[in-house]
Amino acid sequence: MRIPLSWLREYAQVPADASAEDVMADLVKVGLEEEDVHRPSDELSGPIVVGQVLSLEKEVASNGKTINWCQVRVVPEGAEQTLAGKGIDPSGVQGIVCGAHNFVEGDKVVVTLPGAVLPGDFKISPRKTYGHTSAGMIASSRELGIGDDHDGIIVLSRLGLDPQLGTDVMELFGLDDQAAEINVTPDRGYCFSIRGVAREYALATGTSFTDPASKVVVSDAAEAGHEVVLADEAPIYGVPGCTRFVTREVNGIDPSRPTPRWMASRLQLAGMRSISLVVDISNYVMLELGAPLHFYDADKLTGAITVRRAAAGEKLTTLDDKERELSVEDLLITDESGAIGIAGVMGGAATEVSHSTSRVLIEAAHFDAVSIGRSRRRHKLPSEASKRFERGVDPRIMQIAAQRAVDLLVELAGGTETAKVTDAGQIPADTTIQLPAGFAGALVGVDYTDEQTITALEGIGASVEQNSEGFAVTAPSWRPDLAIKEDLVEEVARVVGYDQIPATLPVAPPGRGLTRTQSQRRRLLQGLADAGLTEVLNYPFVSEAQNSTFGAAQAGTEVKSISLANPISKEFRFLRTSLLPGLLETARRNIGRGFRDLALYEGGLVFLPGEQLGSSVLPPLGAKPSDEVLAELFNGVPNQPWHLAAVLTGREATPAAGFAPRAWDWADALDAAYCAANILGVELEVAQGSHQAFHPGRVAALKVAGEIVGYAGELHPALLKDADLPARTVAMELDAAAMMAAAPAVVVAQQHLSTQPLATQDVALVVDQDVVAGDVRDAVREGAGELLEDIALFDVYQGQGIEDGKKSLAFGLRFRAADRTLTADEASEARAAAVAVATEKFGASQR
Amino acid sequence: MSDQTTEQAPVGESNVPHPTDEAGIQHAVDAALAAIEAAGDLNELKEARLAHTGEKSALSLANRQIGKLDKSEKAVAGKLVGGARGRVNKALAARTVVLEEAEAARILIEETVDVTAAARRRRVGARHPLSVLQDRVADIFVGMGWEIAEGPEVESEWFNFDALNFKPDHPAREMQDTFFVEPADAHLVLRTHTSPVQVRSMLERDVPVYVLCPGRTFRTDELDATHTPVFHQFEGLAVDKGLTMADLRGTLEHFARQMFGAEAQIRLRPAYFPFTEPSAELDIWHPGAKGGPRWIEWGGCGMINPNVLRAAGIDPEEYSGFAFGMGIERTLMFRNDVPDMHDMIEGDIRFSQHFGMEI
Repeated sequence: MRIPLSWLREYAQVPADASAEDVMADLVKVGLEEEDVHRPSDELSGPIVVGQVLSLEKEVASNGKTINWCQVRVVPEGAEQTLAGKGIDPSGVQGIVCGAHNFVEGDKVVVTLPGAVLPGDFKISPRKTYGHTSAGMIASSRELGIGDDHDGIIVLSRLGLDPQLGTDVMELFGLDDQAAEINVTPDRGYCFSIRGVAREYALATGTSFTDPASKVVVSDAAEAGHEVVLADEAPIYGVPGCTRFVTREVNGIDPSRPTPRWMASRLQLAGMRSISLVVDISNYVMLELGAPLHFYDADKLTGAITVRRAAAGEKLTTLDDKERELSVEDLLITDESGAIGIAGVMGGAATEVSHSTSRVLIEAAHFDAVSIGRSRRRHKLPSEASKRFERGVDPRIMQIAAQRAVDLLVELAGGTETAKVTDAGQIPADTTIQLPAGFAGALVGVDYTDEQTITALEGIGASVEQNSEGFAVTAPSWRPDLAIKEDLVEEVARVVGYDQIPATLPVAPPGRGLTRTQSQRRRLLQGLADAGLTEVLNYPFVSEAQNSTFGAAQAGTEVKSISLANPISKEFRFLRTSLLPGLLETARRNIGRGFRDLALYEGGLVFLPGEQLGSSVLPPLGAKPSDEVLAELFNGVPNQPWHLAAVLTGREATPAAGFAPRAWDWADALDAAYCAANILGVELEVAQGSHQAFHPGRVAALKVAGEIVGYAGELHPALLKDADLPARTVAMELDAAAMMAAAPAVVVAQQHLSTQPLATQDVALVVDQDVVAGDVRDAVREGAGELLEDIALFDVYQGQGIEDGKKSLAFGLRFRAADRTLTADEASEARAAAVAVATEKFGASQR
Repeated sequence: MSDQTTEQAPVGESNVPHPTDEAGIQHAVDAALAAIEAAGDLNELKEARLAHTGEKSALSLANRQIGKLDKSEKAVAGKLVGGARGRVNKALAARTVVLEEAEAARILIEETVDVTAAARRRRVGARHPLSVLQDRVADIFVGMGWEIAEGPEVESEWFNFDALNFKPDHPAREMQDTFFVEPADAHLVLRTHTSPVQVRSMLERDVPVYVLCPGRTFRTDELDATHTPVFHQFEGLAVDKGLTMADLRGTLEHFARQMFGAEAQIRLRPAYFPFTEPSAELDIWHPGAKGGPRWIEWGGCGMINPNVLRAAGIDPEEYSGFAFGMGIERTLMFRNDVPDMHDMIEGDIRFSQHFGMEI
């Protein structure tokens, strides 16, 4: 909401020298947040004065254009020019070349004299043009930045103005005014008016306030007005769409009257265009009192007005000339011809006021916030009216607002007030809230006196009655947001001042620190960073194709995923079932920026909808749902496990003199997974895997306690090519939540770290080449028995000396006993036993 | 050949002094000591050692002759030759130490490298600063005895709105710019704030409740320098007997000073949130702000609306509580002077690596 200060000053004690910034600094204390300042004089400065065209000679220039060489008097006849400066003629008459033709000798015009600056930093100075020295400019409203009039220069008589020559136009046009723009929270609909903001300003500064409503004298119009029927047969939440509908009529309007400059200036500063006097009056009253009005051309109405819900298939052409399909939920204003407006949102084209309207029917109505909000959303028609109705309009302002409009139509548009009045519907009952004594102080932590409490509440317009338990507070009619005692506490606290609240530190009960899961997650994230990977945080939005590739191991498996109704991008409307698409995209972005050697990781949720997606139940607010309903709500929230994934591409580090880093390969992806498993203290089982996103021969299935928790390996070459990523890019992804859950709660220490000497033995086993090393290793471990401390595969060999189709696997075995030095025979026996098992299981022979 | 070199030359059988020849022995000793002293490195010293203490050296040969002497001469000769050999060996040992030290020093100098030419071998990793900052915030509250609570990102509409006293059709609900999950009647949304965790926390715990809820949140904003559709918040919630807005202020003040230094102050301004009443906007006086200390809008807070307590089955007549919420991105922006949101979400490795592991 933009508040022109001249307007605010009519109703609040704003110091004459206060700037918009000063006003905002006061308003912020009561909760109206500062947004912006609008000050025409920041872009426009004088001397800009009223002048009169003494003579006008038409001359055809060499370019064929006709110009006017004008002599313009800019001081009253007989007076002296008091302005001085280059190009300002002491005689008081300026010679000016003007290209517009919409004026004649004798017209009073706006003259921007040398030294003036116009919007766009356009400096006025005497300049030679068309064979003359033009010492100034005769201005159009566009040049002054106050309109987009294409009809030429401003002729003051056409604005109904006849000021003295030399009058300062900045003042005359209200261009010395400024507006404070504030942000109004959704509970404070009344602050979408000068009336509301003036009251708040008075509260913020402890000064007096004059209610603009109190200045309006509602005449005792007694004649029956236009017939109005309120016939809402389908109220929303049981609230009738229209509770009150007041009409008044003004006849004999002179459509040629212009909007006075003071009004146009205020509307413009308030952010609205000046359209025509009649329309401007309706907007002016809305801004001043907060009541959206609608003006009908009374001659275009057909019979009684009925307020009702739309019928199926009904249509209306709104005054923006668009035909709109109406919903049965839309509240309509209708006459006997059909719909003539969507209530509180936008009027119809057929009955709108025009330049020929002489009889106006004023509608001042109160509509239900929810109904208006729904229609506005449905038709995407945010309007000044709907904005106010949605936030609550004072139901007691209708007669006053209508009268204010009548008065202005009479005063400015030459209209005649009629005695016809309609007041259909009712004013809703007042809300009275009991505020227990001491309650405000106990909630805020400030000992408010009774006097402070009463002054604050009366300041906001409530009536307060002190009783034995505290205060019976009747909320003002413009504050539908005040419903419970806590609402009143806020009013007391903010009027007395939030800066009065002291600081005390409550003591929480002894805590437990982070939970196990929270610690595990931190260690994982930190551990991968310590291992040289860089954490990134990607958006969870992916395409259907990405989910089906990364979300299931086997191609063709249906991947259930969640889609958004209103995504940022239609293609990426699905929520990720894997972290890898985001990581690959980030890898590509980094590569594009010249970083080809990358190790990226992310920890985050993936979204795996189960059988039940959401729930149709939506319990009411303000009450705890039953256990069954809560269970239903919890069950409807999809499974969202925390995953951990990494993508490695390029080399392990940047090559340099004397240092040739390795290229990352599939084993590094596996190593990153091992790193995570080690951090958690869980044993990762690795087997040959199969996953459509990975190279079919270079992917490990990772298991914990026999359950697959993820995959690691080289990404599928075709996928990398399609994604424009380097070949041999490797990746891993883990269901870290499952791993964390599988981690032992308490790790039991290894018993007896033997200090006996180590005995080492090597063994090379020849097996079929499709037997995997891990299986042979397991067999050797099994066969070697208790004495085996550790085993490592140190060589894999195929070639000379090894039969085709076979390979040699060389293992280093470390033996140690708990209680004695092993003899060479004991170690050899254990080794032989190990070979025996490998032979039995895989036909292994010693090389 | 000069006289000197003649003297130092290996002595032949004829030059061997008699083991009782004091002058002759002394001459051999002098020659040995001179040769030892003249040795410039360990090789030269080895030559000197062989020449003057080797089997064919004058002293060794003289020593060998002792056995053939009369018993009466043996003692004198033994003492004379033994003493002479001892002096030579001592000099040898001393010279060895000196030359070994010189050799070691020479090797160390020769092994000098250009340390500025070293490659960075270990890949430098990094946490994302948003993730580190989130931990830091959590640690401050854990230090105060609070618990850390979390919730799902796809959330039931009831927890995200209704339980928090957002009335259906209220403009505040619309102002949240919500991502809705299909189909609409599933009543699921991407949580627009971390506040649904408030209600979950209260349902899961017995009062008193002191929890901090950090997490990722979503709104349908387009990405620009100051907005991102996916961002992070942390939300604080305290429910206990007799909690006041002064307690809220004290908690926020303590927290602000942990984050921004002892000079930090906070300011509350009246505001509106459906889930708090009274409500306030929270500004922080940031002593280290770029361009000088100033007030910066930081978040929202207030006393928990009784309807929110009721939704969690807590009697508002018996308990009161406060809640507050701030954006992590915004905090990082003004605390660490990040000018553009793009840097936080694009995953450029330079952004994260610059911060180190603790910010």
